[in-house]
Amino acid sequence: MMDILNILLSESFWAASLRIATPLIFGVLGALICERAGVLNLGIEGIFVVGAMCGWMAVWLGAGLWGGVLIAALAGGFFGLLHAILTVPLGLSQHVSGLGITLFATSVSYFSYRTALPNVSSPPRITPFQPLDLPILSDLPFLGSVLFQQTALTWLALLMVGVVWYVMNRTALGVAIQAVGDNPDSVDAQGLSVYALRMGAIVAGSALMALGGAFLTMSAFDAFFFGMVNGRGWVCIALVIFASWRPGKALFGALLFGAFDALQVRLQTEMGALVPGQVFLMAPYILSIIALVIAARSADYPRALLTPWFKGQR
Amino acid sequence: MIRIEPRNSTSRAFALGIPILSAVVSLALAAIPLMLAGANPIVAYGEMIKGVFGSVFSISEMLTRATPLIFTGLAAALAFRAKLWNIGAEGQLYLGAMAAVAVGSGAFDVPGIILIPLIILLGAAAGAAGMAAPTYLKIRFGADEVVTTLLLNFIILIFLQMMLEGPLQDPMGLGWPQSAPVLDQGMLPPLVDRMRIHSGLIIALVAAGIAQFMLARSVWGFKLRAVGENAAAARHAGINVNRSLFGVAIISGGLAGLAGASEVAGLKGYLTADLSPGFGYTGIVVAMLAGLSPVGVVIAALFIASVFVGADSMSRAMGVSSFLADLVVSMSLLCVLVGGFVAKYRIIRADTGKAAR
Repeated sequence: MMDILNILLSESFWAASLRIATPLIFGVLGALICERAGVLNLGIEGIFVVGAMCGWMAVWLGAGLWGGVLIAALAGGFFGLLHAILTVPLGLSQHVSGLGITLFATSVSYFSYRTALPNVSSPPRITPFQPLDLPILSDLPFLGSVLFQQTALTWLALLMVGVVWYVMNRTALGVAIQAVGDNPDSVDAQGLSVYALRMGAIVAGSALMALGGAFLTMSAFDAFFFGMVNGRGWVCIALVIFASWRPGKALFGALLFGAFDALQVRLQTEMGALVPGQVFLMAPYILSIIALVIAARSADYPRALLTPWFKGQR
Repeated sequence: MIRIEPRNSTSRAFALGIPILSAVVSLALAAIPLMLAGANPIVAYGEMIKGVFGSVFSISEMLTRATPLIFTGLAAALAFRAKLWNIGAEGQLYLGAMAAVAVGSGAFDVPGIILIPLIILLGAAAGAAGMAAPTYLKIRFGADEVVTTLLLNFIILIFLQMMLEGPLQDPMGLGWPQSAPVLDQGMLPPLVDRMRIHSGLIIALVAAGIAQFMLARSVWGFKLRAVGENAAAARHAGINVNRSLFGVAIISGGLAGLAGASEVAGLKGYLTADLSPGFGYTGIVVAMLAGLSPVGVVIAALFIASVFVGADSMSRAMGVSSFLADLVVSMSLLCVLVGGFVAKYRIIRADTGKAAR
């Protein structure tokens, strides 16, 4: 028990939690925007891979770190657009299209990586984002050293929570996006384009998802590996239900998952002799399922989620 | 102004033509990545065809590869018919494989006539349990089965590593994370001497036949399709929807479990954590290409298996990454999805629309 307390009080634990949470924050926010507009985006897992590969590749080819972030977002947006075309004007199954995008985006990334680097035994490394030293904030006790260890992408993720909250709740655009996910007919009656709103939301959400992937290769690690996304995208789909499609709760959910993951790594080293390490590795996924089961009953799904809408058909 | 309008009826030619067209288009599109990789597409396609149909051995390899895909394709097709989104076939496959080695690698030293049915039965049961759990969570708590089955894949894979380093580890395996081999009498008999093709294929074909019959002709199949088409209407008509969902969950998971048992007891002989190169996920593509028809699953599995075996052989000959196969498979899924749209709707110009109708 004392061990757990010691871990929970350590700065490195909270710094790790925030670091692990960062890609999930991007992913949950992205999924939240898509679903608020009424479209489930199961392309998320593949879009993470694309973001990770493209961001890393761009930096490796000399685009600079922020250039890499931009390329990753554009690549994510491209695959989002593909999903948007299939699910919005064509109204095809969001489940199947999303899984198709995940398979397609993943295989495009892996094929491109292998084609660009046919004969490498160890993946080439880039110089990733470095921890950001902010004048006053970094000097704060405890909080300062937790935040001090984070890179610019973590700060960007935290900033995006505020931006998404503001856009969704305080702007006409956000109200329109939410309306299009609840009652597209009413949006159409006001003369707004249901197609444009939904497709725009999917592209923007997918770009955000890709940043979650980019964080993995440009901040958490410094290279691209096969299988590195490892279900993080699917975790985001569970977290967005847990978060009731709210940006603030999405941040909380991602941090909770991050804290749990950081805790299991530390418990694994403390108690590794007693229990097989895999028990701890499984725990975050099991926690996601438990969170989903708890949240499912009261989940207030966007009312038109999964329902295609065609102009001129009621 | 263009308008989208449902077709009055989807012709049989469309239903058959679209998957074939999708397969052709996705293969043709593969010319782009082939050229980007610096390969001559014509030569590459030639290598692929040679790699699949060039010899009896290569055809046997293709059929061996198709066997697990028929099982996972059926698993997806039946579940999707009821709109039960079982994306967890990959995990259920490994549950089946674990059950197969747990019972088959020496726990029961009984004759093959008893051991083989035991392996098959327990493999299917383990897979079925793997789908029954998320279906229970869906029915009881409303937890979305897409997310739970996806997450379970990761949980089961970690559990598998734990088993392969623990209770299921081969004591003679020098510490490698692999299971003890299945007893000789527990192995599914090979179909052709000195080839890898095994009688798992026969089981898969029989399963497809039974599934086709049950779906088209039985009351069970009728209820299943009714639930998939409109759950509320089915409930109103007195069908026990939850019971139908649970039934198809068990069959779907069982088929995925059979894929794992047949791979272990038919092909590999022992279990490692890389038994399946994504057969569970590829099964979804197989099912969609098949238009969710069990007989179609067999044909689609043969096509996808040809793509994988052909791309492997082409990759060895020309140095192009074998991820090309995954690319073709994913593109064929997207193509068949779009094709489904073309079959169901027509796009008409609104001003001439009245005349066209």
